[in-house]
Amino acid sequence: MPQPQPHQRRLLPPRLVRQAPLLELRGLSKRYGRIVAVQGVNLELYPGETVGIVGESGSGKSTVLRMLNLEEAADAGTYHLAVPGFTEQNLFALDRFHQRQLRIQQIGIVYQQPHMGLRMQATSGGNVAERLIMAGERRFATLRRAASDALASSEFPADRIDDPPAVLSGGMQQRVQLAKAIALRPALLLLDEPTTGLDVSIQALVLDTLLRLRRERQITTLIVSHDLGVIRTLADRVLVMRHGAVVECGLTDQILDDPQHPYTQQLVSARL
Amino acid sequence: MPLLQVEDLSKNFVIHALGRTIPAFQGVSFTLEAGSLLLIRGPNGAGKSSLLRCLYRTYLPDGGRAIYATADGTIDLASAADVDIALLRRTEIGHVTQFLRPRPRVTALDLVAEPLLVAGHSLAEAREAAADWLGSLGLKAAIWQAYPSTFSGGEQQKINLARAMIAPRRLLLLDEPTAALDPDARAALRSRISTLKAAGVAMIGVFHHPEDIAGLIDVEFHVA
Ligand SMILES: Nc1ncnc2c1ncn2[C@@H]1O[C@H](COP(=O)(O)OP(=O)(O)OP(=O)(O)O)[C@@H](O)[C@H]1O
Ligand SMILES: Nc1ncnc2c1ncn2[C@@H]1O[C@H](COP(=O)(O)OP(=O)(O)OP(=O)(O)O)[C@@H](O)[C@H]1O
Ligand SMILES: [Mg+2]
Ligand SMILES: [Mg+2]
Repeated sequence: MPQPQPHQRRLLPPRLVRQAPLLELRGLSKRYGRIVAVQGVNLELYPGETVGIVGESGSGKSTVLRMLNLEEAADAGTYHLAVPGFTEQNLFALDRFHQRQLRIQQIGIVYQQPHMGLRMQATSGGNVAERLIMAGERRFATLRRAASDALASSEFPADRIDDPPAVLSGGMQQRVQLAKAIALRPALLLLDEPTTGLDVSIQALVLDTLLRLRRERQITTLIVSHDLGVIRTLADRVLVMRHGAVVECGLTDQILDDPQHPYTQQLVSARL
Repeated sequence: MPLLQVEDLSKNFVIHALGRTIPAFQGVSFTLEAGSLLLIRGPNGAGKSSLLRCLYRTYLPDGGRAIYATADGTIDLASAADVDIALLRRTEIGHVTQFLRPRPRVTALDLVAEPLLVAGHSLAEAREAAADWLGSLGLKAAIWQAYPSTFSGGEQQKINLARAMIAPRRLLLLDEPTAALDPDARAALRSRISTLKAAGVAMIGVFHHPEDIAGLIDVEFHVA
């Protein structure tokens, strides 16, 4: 019997979409000692789109996000964001001061574990305001208003603004993280398993908030989730990662309904 | 120039775990003009749905071309960049699938209104157009504000149809849109299709009962 070959149809470069990508990542690689966590990842994100990353545990998804958030150094690769003042720069080559400035102004992140993104004992409003303070805002009234605007956008109940995340439910903690992430209207939003670990009904609410935000603010978003239902609902396109590398990328419905790579076929059928 | 020119398009599914290739359709060629309706015929499993999905790029065709005249120049749907296809789906090409994917806590009315919101319309406008569609398809108003996951098959299909057809499109792919509909809804859909055709929208459809759209069909294509 002839062995079917992995499908390798090549697509043309964009023609109708004439904007330049907001984000361009080339040859991203990272190892931890002898463990290769990420190898040769390329990625473009066009303005306003939501792209998903799926793949088995340990495939390097969170590591990619941490490097895009400039919180961890890459071993190799170039990273460009088309934002004012940084357009021509390889962001990995910036000094720490400018990396921090860029991260605060232009990148928002939501982690699966709220304690990674929040100070659990500070008030929820304070957690969001902290972002604004880091960006140089000092006026109390402005801080308070900006924080409550961002919290309202992530549909956080106004009467809980003085409660610390430690006493909130998981779904509310994610809303605080989200508010903090979008408070400064970043160009790029990174979501690492934002609904994992929440009850199904709470998950649906958070998902709704994310959809509405996407519609209203058109923030370019990269979302990691092992939940293919979440990916189907939110992502326009998907990358499939395995052993630190991208094995396939495509439109979300194409990846889920007509996967080409043997690994993607296994991943999709295992989850259906 | 035609709106769409399909040349020698083919699709096979390679199932790696089984070491098998499942053929869907081979060597499909046809042309479609603006404002015309092409009916696709063929027995079960002939590849009719797969053909529509290849044009929408839910499936990746593995041979041939589908040259489509966008409002902004021609493009081959079979090999265009994913972001270009995503753009066309937001602006020009619609796909009416057989089944609705309800989302928890999104009402029937808002599911239908969503494509207009994405296209930048106000919530009030979008809901008004959604109500118009649901009303004309005969979905009872009492359930517009309810969550569709528990609705009947026919009710879900009405929502699905309205959602897929509410935003203005130049090309609509219809996969058995009347299958679960009652006679009144079929008649309403027929009149909507006729209006869209008159407005220049091209359609490719699979209809279990082509008599539902008798008089509106311009061309037929048989998938072997
Ligand atoms: N500090 C570290 N030292 C050694 N190995 C590490 C370290 N941090 C991460 N790794 C390894 O890098 C690889 C990629 O991890 P990463 O967290 O990016 O995976 P992931 O795709 O996000 O997985 P999951 O779905 O489980 O969250 C894993 O094999 C992990 O064990
Ligand atoms: N995602 C898929 N993966 C694998 N095989 C598929 C997939 N979709 C369709 N097929 C196969 O492709 C062939 C054509 O199916 P398709 O659904 O296109 O037929 P159809 O003409 O629409 O049939 P029907 O009249 O029953 O709706 C069938 O053998 C089907 O099993
Ligand atoms: Mg992870
Ligand atoms: Mg079919």
